[in-house]
Amino acid sequence: MYLGQVIGRVWAEVKDPRLGGQRLLIIQPLTPEQKPTGKQIICTDAVGAGAGELIYYCKGKESSFPFLPIEVPTDMTVVGIVDSVRVERSC
Amino acid sequence: MLIAKVIGEVVATQKHESHVGQKLLIVQPLELDGSNRGDAVIAVDSADAGVGDRVLLVLEGYSAMTTVGRPESPIDMAVIGILDLIDLP
Amino acid sequence: MILARVVGTVVATRKDPRLEGKKLLILKPISPDGKDEAGYVISVDTVSAGFKEVVLAVSGSSARMADGCKDTPIDSAIIGIVDTVSLDSDSNDNKRK
Repeated sequence: MYLGQVIGRVWAEVKDPRLGGQRLLIIQPLTPEQKPTGKQIICTDAVGAGAGELIYYCKGKESSFPFLPIEVPTDMTVVGIVDSVRVERSC
Repeated sequence: MLIAKVIGEVVATQKHESHVGQKLLIVQPLELDGSNRGDAVIAVDSADAGVGDRVLLVLEGYSAMTTVGRPESPIDMAVIGILDLIDLP
Repeated sequence: MILARVVGTVVATRKDPRLEGKKLLILKPISPDGKDEAGYVISVDTVSAGFKEVVLAVSGSSARMADGCKDTPIDSAIIGIVDTVSLDSDSNDNKRK
């Protein structure tokens, strides 16, 4: 999984029917030090994350599993809202 | 699988139910010379690893899910072993 | 599948029980003409490959289709030891062992 921050949302009228009712979030991937890294991405949301929140997301086929039995055509999903991050790079 | 170093932990209360009770580690994938390989990632822990450990990181969903006993859950990587020795003759 | 060269081993005592008895080798991907490519991967050995040998490795969920790897938590397996690689553009003297 990867750390990120919710920086926006996307709405789409015309979309795959299995995407119906899915919230689409714009995520900025972050390093553990919470610096932006890489391009912004669009994720489906399995936990109800909101604007500005620190989250972690999952990539690949596994990201559709929270929505089973509906097979949502997604490749990235927010699966947790982060309360705290502890990093010790020096050891 | 990759060699990685555990550099921290993430705490999340509101998360997918399959992640409840799982320890979430921040691991930095490493190159063979010990330098960083890309950005650090978050992996579930099945080997009881701690900060500073060199670990075996698996990057495939089924492997990651079953190692913590949560099939069909949104888990894409896991720490599945603690490395005692890396031998590069 | 990728071509790779065995460059080392890793040893882990504490690991998923399904990995018990599996040999974990460090592979360096190579191009068909034998040059090292970037990166590395740790792979489960199913063919008793040796140090410096050129091998065939399969990655992703297909790794579990390798001999003895059913239901194991792996993402890469060595499934063959390469004898020769020949490229169309090769003349015979370019053929590599």
